[in-house]
Amino acid sequence: MLETFGHLPIAWLLFAVLAAAGFVSFFAGRTEAVAVGRGSSERLNSQPNYHGYFVAMATIGPAAIVLGLYALFGETLVRGELAGELPQRIRDLGSLELNQYIDRIAEQSAMRDAGPTGNALFDAATARYTSLLGISRIIAVFLALLAAWAGFFVAKRKLSVNFRARANVENGIKLLLFMCAAIAVFTTIGIVLSLFFEALRFFSRVPFFSFIFGLEWNAQTGADFGAIPLFFGTFMIAFLAMLVAAPIGLLSAIYLSEYASPRFRSIVKPILELLAGIPTVVYGFFALQFVAPLVRSTANWVNGLAFVPDGFLAAQPTSALAAGIVMGIMIIPFVSSLSDDVINAVPQTLRDGAYAMGATKSETVKQVVMPAALPGVIAALLLAVSRAIGETMIVVMAAGQRAQITPDPTADLTTITVQIVALLTGDTEFDSAKTLSAFALGFVLFIVTLIFNLIALRVVQKYREKYE
Amino acid sequence: MDGNVEDFTETDKSERAANMAEMIKVDCRNIDVFYDDKQAIFDISLAIQDRAVTSFIGPSGCGKSTFLRCMNRMNDTIESAKVTGKIFMDGADINDHSIDPVLLRSRVGMVFQKPNPFPKSIYDNIAYGPRIHGLAGSKSELDEIVESSLRKAGLWDEVKDRLPAPGTGLSGGQQQRLCIARAIAVSPEVILMDEPCSALDPIATARIEELIDELRERYCIVIVTHSMQQAARVSQRTAFFHLGKLVEYGDTERIFTNPEDTRTQDYITGRFG
Ligand SMILES: Nc1ncnc2c1ncn2[C@@H]1O[C@H](COP(=O)(O)OP(=O)(O)OP(=O)(O)O)[C@@H](O)[C@H]1O
Ligand SMILES: [Mg+2]
Repeated sequence: MLETFGHLPIAWLLFAVLAAAGFVSFFAGRTEAVAVGRGSSERLNSQPNYHGYFVAMATIGPAAIVLGLYALFGETLVRGELAGELPQRIRDLGSLELNQYIDRIAEQSAMRDAGPTGNALFDAATARYTSLLGISRIIAVFLALLAAWAGFFVAKRKLSVNFRARANVENGIKLLLFMCAAIAVFTTIGIVLSLFFEALRFFSRVPFFSFIFGLEWNAQTGADFGAIPLFFGTFMIAFLAMLVAAPIGLLSAIYLSEYASPRFRSIVKPILELLAGIPTVVYGFFALQFVAPLVRSTANWVNGLAFVPDGFLAAQPTSALAAGIVMGIMIIPFVSSLSDDVINAVPQTLRDGAYAMGATKSETVKQVVMPAALPGVIAALLLAVSRAIGETMIVVMAAGQRAQITPDPTADLTTITVQIVALLTGDTEFDSAKTLSAFALGFVLFIVTLIFNLIALRVVQKYREKYE
Repeated sequence: MDGNVEDFTETDKSERAANMAEMIKVDCRNIDVFYDDKQAIFDISLAIQDRAVTSFIGPSGCGKSTFLRCMNRMNDTIESAKVTGKIFMDGADINDHSIDPVLLRSRVGMVFQKPNPFPKSIYDNIAYGPRIHGLAGSKSELDEIVESSLRKAGLWDEVKDRLPAPGTGLSGGQQQRLCIARAIAVSPEVILMDEPCSALDPIATARIEELIDELRERYCIVIVTHSMQQAARVSQRTAFFHLGKLVEYGDTERIFTNPEDTRTQDYITGRFG
């Protein structure tokens, strides 16, 4: 019986029950309010519907909170209980192994028609786990229904002619919105914190400064963890990308917002934004298949020139330049659509002022519109840079794996993101310096892009203040 | 060239006599303006005197700004706008192919309803026009132009110590005077002002009106205003517009004391608009 509860897709049932409870309580509240209104000489403070919403909220809200808490902590409690009941022999394995053992039990339990494995201890533990889960679910459902029941009656007793149901509903909605915002914020904080603590674990094995300032990166062998070559590769490719994206994006934004006819603009702008919808893996493919060979053959041609020393350019099959160019193309719509927005935000009166002084269109753009839009454009470029730094797929496919520091753009470089992927794919144990270094890299990457974004946001804010 | 103007004159005898007595700076003939298919100005002919202030009055949307913008071809910058008719400045057709609208605008300055200083220093705001038109040969000449323009606009004493500060940091009234100084800096012959005081308080307004009165000695000024008192105070000639048509045009004093058209009468006494 308990095992059945451990298996039921109970979440859906609960949703249905709660929705039904919501409906019923809404109509109950509404009816009650109408009756109260009839029985009184005064006018109802709030419309009957609001009384209905209020009761429904009071019914569903507490139940939802109970279930939410269960969803967050229920399994942890069950696992803790199970761990306590396991024989000493297994508990002595250490927290990591123990956790993995329970993971396997949970997995086994989730597979409904999995037969016994033959390992008596394991099978018994699995059965125990399933029934513990069943008990916890029954308790949670019971508590949720109790909360709904209590909420319903408390709310219903509150209804009166003077009850300010409308204001209370308003507060309820505010609370709901706040909780959604809070979830987003806490998730972010949670991710950052876990990244941070994993990074700390790494730094307990590899000194922080030898990581940040080290010039050698050989993480696969677990020998060297100097991140400078990765930073170099990352920034080199981002720089090459910006070399492509900044001028093209910016100038096309100027053309679109200042010169193009509305008709042309209405056709071209969506097409440009379509570029942003292309999956990055397609860009990566494009880089690997077309651009990298092109870069290589061009580099070979340069090497073949009479006055160029032999082997002047590395001319590798994958190269920083190929990845940079394609990443630049990918970022163009990002730059152009953000810049287009800030250029359009420059008040028309400023342009009129310049025209009225006898300035030509390009003078107006260069001397009045662009200076006015500059902070916003800078912000757009910074956001684009942080995008380029965090971009993964293109570099994984087209930049290479070799951690080296060279100014030659036709050499293969590697980036932080590429290394993270390389470190975490395949068979990994989550406890070695090699794997943990991925978290350290991720954390540093996060800090860098955060700084870029913060500066950009700050600049945009300042710019807004000026024109509003 | 003046003979040319004579041929086209369609005004009545007394007007013509007035034209002869007073110098005509801008002569507009049969102006129609369309925004796409919608006509905003209907066959307006109107001659504007030099060294005088002419005010345009009329209810909102009657086409005052549109008509004003014909005189420096600012309507060229609006995609949908189309202007027909002829406008002569000192006898030369400003819509002629040989006239560069960019150069025309250096001869016809404009001040807008909302002060619109460029996002540059006070100095650079004034120096902007002289620079793009190459009016100053040296830094000291430019300094001189900046100072004299600011003096003429009555702003010099307030800003002389902070010329490198951004123009956007001034008060609204100061910004508007900065814009007037900016317009003066290229030594235009005509200054068009579209409701230059509508964003200003009474004191700043009085200050600008004083300024307009001083500038009248040197320039031909056209001002759009919604304030009857302002029109009466600063202008010598007044034109009343209604629904895209010119209803009445004459000496300010006569328009305000003895209007010929009942619509003018109704508007200036505040019965509609
Ligand atoms: N850019 C434009 N595109 C289309 N129609 C316009 C445009 N500018 C003005 N109009 C129309 O032309 C007519 C005259 O407008 P205009 O701005 O000249 O009026 P106005 O007399 O200056 O009014 P106000 O006193 O409110 O400034 C109005 O009907 C207006 O809607
Ligand atoms: Mg107007």
